[in-house]
Amino acid sequence: MATPVPNPAIQNINKVGLSKADYKGLPSTLCQGCGHNGIAAQIVAACYEMNLVPEKVVKFSGIGCSSKSPTYFLGRSFSFNGLHGRMPSLALGGMFADHTLKAIGVSGDGDTASIGLGQFKHMVRRNLPMVYIVENNGVYGLTKGQFSATAERGLQLKKQGTNPYLPVDIAMEALISNATFIARSFAGDPRQVKELLKAAIAHNGIAVLDIISPCVTFHNHENSFHSYSFGKEHEEPLHEISYVPPKEDITVEDFEEGTTREVVMHDGSQVVLKKLEKEYDPRDRWQALHMLEEAHSHDWLVTGLIYVDPEVPSLFDIYNKPATPLNRTPNSKLRPSHEALDEINRLMF
Amino acid sequence: MSKRNLVVNDFCITFSTVNGSGSATANTTLMRALFKMGIPVSSKNIFPSNIQGLPTWYTLRLSKDGYMGRVEQDDIIVAMNPATLHKEVQYLAPGGVFLMPDDFNFVNTRDDLIIYRMPVKKLIKDAEVPPSLRDYISNMVYVGVLCFLLGIDLDLIHQALDFQFKGRQKPIDQNFHMVEAAYLWSKQNLEKKDPYLAEEMDGTTDCIMTDGNTAGALGSIFGGVQFTGWYPITPATSLAESLIEYLPKYRVDPETGKDTYAIVQSEDELAAIGMAIGAGWGGLRSMTSTSGPGLSLMSEYIGLAYYAEVPVVIWDVQRVGPSTGMPTRTAQGDLTQANFISHGDKNMIILIPGSIQECFEFGWRAFDIAERLQTPVIVLSDLDFGMNMWTSKKFEYPDQPMDRGKILWEDDMEEFLAKHGGEWGRYRDVDGDGIPWRTLPGNRHPKSGYFARGTSHNEDTGYTEDPEKWETIFKRIANKFETGKQYLPKAIADESQKATLGIIASGSADPAVQEARDLLAKQGIKTDYLRIRSLPFDTEVEDFLKKHEQLVVLDINRDGQLNQLLTMTYPVYSEKTTSLAHLDGLPLNAKWVETHILSLLEVK
Repeated sequence: MATPVPNPAIQNINKVGLSKADYKGLPSTLCQGCGHNGIAAQIVAACYEMNLVPEKVVKFSGIGCSSKSPTYFLGRSFSFNGLHGRMPSLALGGMFADHTLKAIGVSGDGDTASIGLGQFKHMVRRNLPMVYIVENNGVYGLTKGQFSATAERGLQLKKQGTNPYLPVDIAMEALISNATFIARSFAGDPRQVKELLKAAIAHNGIAVLDIISPCVTFHNHENSFHSYSFGKEHEEPLHEISYVPPKEDITVEDFEEGTTREVVMHDGSQVVLKKLEKEYDPRDRWQALHMLEEAHSHDWLVTGLIYVDPEVPSLFDIYNKPATPLNRTPNSKLRPSHEALDEINRLMF
Repeated sequence: MSKRNLVVNDFCITFSTVNGSGSATANTTLMRALFKMGIPVSSKNIFPSNIQGLPTWYTLRLSKDGYMGRVEQDDIIVAMNPATLHKEVQYLAPGGVFLMPDDFNFVNTRDDLIIYRMPVKKLIKDAEVPPSLRDYISNMVYVGVLCFLLGIDLDLIHQALDFQFKGRQKPIDQNFHMVEAAYLWSKQNLEKKDPYLAEEMDGTTDCIMTDGNTAGALGSIFGGVQFTGWYPITPATSLAESLIEYLPKYRVDPETGKDTYAIVQSEDELAAIGMAIGAGWGGLRSMTSTSGPGLSLMSEYIGLAYYAEVPVVIWDVQRVGPSTGMPTRTAQGDLTQANFISHGDKNMIILIPGSIQECFEFGWRAFDIAERLQTPVIVLSDLDFGMNMWTSKKFEYPDQPMDRGKILWEDDMEEFLAKHGGEWGRYRDVDGDGIPWRTLPGNRHPKSGYFARGTSHNEDTGYTEDPEKWETIFKRIANKFETGKQYLPKAIADESQKATLGIIASGSADPAVQEARDLLAKQGIKTDYLRIRSLPFDTEVEDFLKKHEQLVVLDINRDGQLNQLLTMTYPVYSEKTTSLAHLDGLPLNAKWVETHILSLLEVK
């Protein structure tokens, strides 16, 4: 296969010679206005802008509305839609086949915060290199409107009545399980979603993105945490975020000196965080924990890069893997020799 | 004792000890020495689900005729556990030998026994063994005494210890010194009154001594296993641990120094199977190993692999269920669970090794079948094979190259498209054999990517609820399994006795059936025998059913599960078939088989 050559004469072609259309998937069958569709659009934009080759991306998902969405982006990429809450194990095995691929996993709050909580935390603790997006709407959509584990206490739904339980905070769960990249965003803030996605793609390890994604059909009440109106009114960005690819200089003109903080990613790219009112360092776990607690008590939807440590070895850095993908290993290297079996037979005493 | 009353190389010794007391070294040392003498020897370790403190039994069977099955009665009992002393005596054959420490308070209720008392404490004291090692090394006392009684050369014990401790001189010396001291004491103080002798013979030529989990792991390594996701569970744990032991020795690429495999211990069986299926989908030869409870947990994912057509190998080393059951006892109780696993209609391929050698063979063959047919393959072993030490024929090198099945890489895809009008679909049956062509993640060809899913899909992997599309795919998959039968190990029929009575069995029931057939033959009762080695059943099974007037199906489970599946598949022969099913957690023994077949014939 010839590598596509970028043709600068053609407009809207990225560095690998692809147009945005090359990153699209099938038309969405989710509800109109669903936050998940906006996220899919930003995945397309981020992958295009990051110059990813679709064949070098692999998609995974679990079960639920969120998990249907990999159909709606990167139609040329391989994808595996697994079982409820058990996408992390599937992705881990799949990634061992070719660790040079970029993995994008899409899950939901029903998928991750209930049956999937165990696999989620073990994926995080193994630092599997993957962008793990939780499209978080606090409700089960496909079964038509039941509380999920991220729904806040006291929430009222038509059929269910009042939610009596406290919610699971996905960012907090990720943080205490030693995730190496945690961000939270709001589907109604596409620019931030895209910049966070780009930073997550650049991260060499697990990148958890908890994206509040309102369910327009079953759960979009004025005062609910997972609604557009709440998000618009209560979103408290930690910073303004920009992703700068490797080998691009950051100039002082772009960012006012003294008001930014740069995080250098593993591949040399940078995430530039422009300070807002608060001083916030996403490399400080304690500060991150404190911030999440504070957000809870004030009912803030705090968005941005919550925590990052680009230097932790990923799962694949730990294994003595060849540089070439394992699934390209020739058969001749997989079956030991006759002599090896003779030796084994001699040892079996 | 006159020569003709001697019992040579045809008896059974049971060691009764306390779990965690370190008797395993002593017992396997004796077994190795007997094996080195050329005597076919097998062991059964009957142990509790406990780390330390409960009674455990280890039986060595010497059989000049090569019988490997369990026997009901012991000829010699080495009683090292005071708590079970008086119970043990009941299991001794008439005139049996009872060996025990001299400080045990034992009231003999039988007058036919030969009793030897060993001064264990005194010998340990004289040997100046460090206190922390006393319990372990005290087991070497009975090794020394038995060497004297049975006539085992101490050199062989030394060789066995050298193997056991991988040449480490200190433990070899400590243990061997104790054996020697006990041997010397026996020579000076014991008068041999029993008839049992071990004599050199040539019954272990081209044989090895190993267990089925090691065999399964090594077979998988020679099958090119590339990924293992696993979770510890008795009695399957040692299969994955053998992979961990042997893979670094045999599967590091000498050119790059890099591993050609990866092993991940998962958080549970739900994840172990998920990982294995992910890797299988990715094109790796992928496996997991578990036992009944783990298989139950894996069932939903196995259904997905079936429907999304992902190759994966699942070893189920069976224990006694349902539920937690008896984790340290053996059974064939997962057969119907494996066959019907997961919801919805399905075809499941099951391989059932009937020997240690076959555990190795099915280890590599399972990958060829899984990849050829793009489907899960369940290998049903059990605790008796998996964890007991057997005398087995040597492992044989795979007699055919690896079959990776229908895979398209970039260049293959170009060729395929040229041949098929520029079109490829993941689930299209272009060859008419029900087996579609698959691509693997990482393939850079722009037409190679597809969306694998457990939701209903058309031939090009698109979601559909179209009734016709559903049926097309579903019938094609069924057809794939018809094609698939040719790749499965055939059932083996022994019809040399030209009998009207046919016995059908599988797996670890085989040794007991083989021996029972000889016992029956001695009484003039002829039997034919069919050993099932895989499911779904093929024509040779039906031929056997058709041919015999009377059929007996043996199962190591309560409900006669093999018989249930045969009856379901071939209802027309069920009237002439009797199920002989037995489950008490112990390996099947020939006497039980013989007795039950005899009583069946009497009823007739």
